[in-house]
Amino acid sequence: MNPDASTIAAGAPIEVDLTPIASGQDIKVFWRGKPIYIMNRTKKQVEEARAVPVSSLPDPATDQSRVKDGHDQWLVVIGICTHLGCIPIAHEGNYDGFFCPCHGSQYDSSGRIRQGPAPANLAVPPYQFVSDSKIQIG
Amino acid sequence: MSGPSDYQPNNPALKWIERRLPIMGLVHSSFVAYPTPRNLNYWWTFGAILSMMLAVQILTGVILAMHYTPNADLAFKSVEGLVRDVNYGWLLRNMHAAGASMFFLAVYIHMFRGLYYGSYKEPREVLWILGVIIYLLMMATGFMGYVLPWGQMSFWGATVITNLFSAIPYFGESIVTLLWGGYSVGNPTLNRFFSLHYLLPFVIAGVVVLHVWALHVAGQNNPAGVEAKTEKDTVPFTPYATIKDMFGLSCFLIFFAWFIFYMPNYLGDADNYIPANPGVTPAHIVPEWYYLPYYAILRSIPNKLAGVTAMFSAIIVLAFLPWLDTARTRSSKYRPLAKQFFWLFVIVCVLLGYLGAQPPEGIYVIAGRILTFCYFAYFLILLPLLSRIETPRPLPNSIADDVLAKTGSRSTPMVSTVIALMVAGALFAGSAQNARAAEDTTPPSQKWSFSGPFGKYDRGALQRGLKVYKEVCSNCHSLNYIAFRNLADPGGPGYSEAQAAAFASEYKIKDGPNDQGEMFERPGRPADYFPPPFPNEQAARAANGGGLPPDLSLITKARSYERGFPQFIFDFFTQFQEQGPNYVDAILQGFEDKPPAGVTIPDGSYYNKYFPGHAIKMPKPLNDGQVTFDDGSPATVAQYAHDVTTFLMWAAEPHMEARKRIGLQVLVFLILLSFLLYFTKKKVWADAH
Repeated sequence: MNPDASTIAAGAPIEVDLTPIASGQDIKVFWRGKPIYIMNRTKKQVEEARAVPVSSLPDPATDQSRVKDGHDQWLVVIGICTHLGCIPIAHEGNYDGFFCPCHGSQYDSSGRIRQGPAPANLAVPPYQFVSDSKIQIG
Repeated sequence: MSGPSDYQPNNPALKWIERRLPIMGLVHSSFVAYPTPRNLNYWWTFGAILSMMLAVQILTGVILAMHYTPNADLAFKSVEGLVRDVNYGWLLRNMHAAGASMFFLAVYIHMFRGLYYGSYKEPREVLWILGVIIYLLMMATGFMGYVLPWGQMSFWGATVITNLFSAIPYFGESIVTLLWGGYSVGNPTLNRFFSLHYLLPFVIAGVVVLHVWALHVAGQNNPAGVEAKTEKDTVPFTPYATIKDMFGLSCFLIFFAWFIFYMPNYLGDADNYIPANPGVTPAHIVPEWYYLPYYAILRSIPNKLAGVTAMFSAIIVLAFLPWLDTARTRSSKYRPLAKQFFWLFVIVCVLLGYLGAQPPEGIYVIAGRILTFCYFAYFLILLPLLSRIETPRPLPNSIADDVLAKTGSRSTPMVSTVIALMVAGALFAGSAQNARAAEDTTPPSQKWSFSGPFGKYDRGALQRGLKVYKEVCSNCHSLNYIAFRNLADPGGPGYSEAQAAAFASEYKIKDGPNDQGEMFERPGRPADYFPPPFPNEQAARAANGGGLPPDLSLITKARSYERGFPQFIFDFFTQFQEQGPNYVDAILQGFEDKPPAGVTIPDGSYYNKYFPGHAIKMPKPLNDGQVTFDDGSPATVAQYAHDVTTFLMWAAEPHMEARKRIGLQVLVFLILLSFLLYFTKKKVWADAH
């Protein structure tokens, strides 16, 4: 009763071309039925995320640990609020990150929880850079 | 079974069967000659009511399954097709959906009866535990059943509840993947839920057989809690209990019929009339009412695993009741302290249910935590304590004495009544406060010809509304569930078959492929559905600034707004269910050129007073004089809004007039039946009192 072969095949890794995403923009893709935000962060967003003292975070994590070395402006997170599963809205909230309309959780530009009932940061799916302008998710 | 039967049929054919399979003897000893205490009250009829509800659910469910398609792309449509086209499909669906709620209502009353009268005590512990197992199976069945229509609430409720299992350490993620059959709630999930939803009711039936068997071994409990000793204490099940059960059933059916025929969507959620969308989460995810207390307990505890544990413990604790409450007196009738706390416990459960439906903010969170504590304290602290310290009142000597004594003193639980009133007042004040704090964007209540128990669709309004839809709305909005033939159906706009065919032929319908393999266009036929204005979602969004104009077939059932406490209770009796039409009418007339001071609307959106968030992507669709009516009705926006909303209500529920008409017949029949059964019951019991 575990996922059958066709379901697993549909969940195979996907490739996403990053060239159409300008600085400051983001897109949403679906992989394994889950929405994934791919955000091309501005320098300002990256600096803001790195300036936050890690110990003050509800779920401590450095911004560096959530992105790939040499591709620091690209944030790839699963767009499912870690509270009860709603989809947060990008570019909203006090931290220039994500805002979940269901119960008011707010995430910053690194997808980390800052305020509200969600217990954990937005999950980072497994992905790697195939080239500078293409990633493979999964 | 109370021992080998002494039943011998006279007929030789029956004798032949009886010798080989003594089934008649079994039925006779279990349900005819079976000695039942003569002092049972009406709370004891709920066992029979539950058996009937299980049969109703299985029968309606099996027939529904003949027309339902358990595939994520087809499920929602198959349910609508069932409701609209299958003969009495609307009745089957309403019976099954309302039936689930009635099933749970009856089981809660049945359980509270057991709690009050100590029916879980020795020697009925196994009987009680079998009951807890049946209850758990019912909850699983009900949850999976709600997922099947594949509406927004079906999908997101499934997502939230299946996600709970990920809280289990080590095995959690694997269990969730097994439940999902994939990486998220999707088609494999729907398929397996359908399979299990079909299976579990028969497992329930099997456990019910064990439950009744265990009951017959120990004998039934009774309001005095004193076991039957002599023949004077009991009466044969038939005709005494049979007629009383039938009368109880009949009254219950009246209550059931009120939901089926007059308030079919009262216990449901409007969001479930929106097809499931994995990319859009509803603002409030709420389970069905019978899960609300457990939902409140789950959300009270800030830690995920602890919350899940607390929720399941709230049910499992019931199984331990015979060992938590060791008082020797069975019935709370003779336990003055236990009786008071019982009623307080009932109030705690009702309040937890109310909280489960509220957003988890502010005072609701604090109240939830206090009440969760009270719930567990009742079982784990209070009942064991009372077993030790309470002095019960003296019991009657026997059931026969209890019947003769005519006990009149029913001390009203004063303390609990006062607390209940205080809490109700606080809640009322709280919700009124919220209402005043929020701006008043509640749509005004309009007069609708179809409201109330005798409501009918205004034919003129339906025809005018169709014209407004055709000339204005259909440019952007589809009406996928309405076929041209529906325009000639009874209870609708009242066109003849020829008129409907002529109406259809004005449309160009895409058909094919032809023998060359190409698609072509042909004139519409009555069997065709209204064609959508755009071929797919992307084209619709591109033409409308990124927004997707929703299909209008179900819009008046898919939109609603809060009526607040205690208004929603009055609505049940006045049959108010016109939130959807009020909302649609308000939106159409709610456009304003200039937003109020301090409110900014993004580019490409328009200000609408009643749209949540006020920024709607649809420009003002209606202007005076836009559509001219043949019958001379005023060509005003208010007229258009009223008529098109009436038309859309018919589109959402074409069989409403039949539903109300048949409902009246059924209710009259049931009321007459109840009267007859009552007087028959009185006659049968005349010599037993």
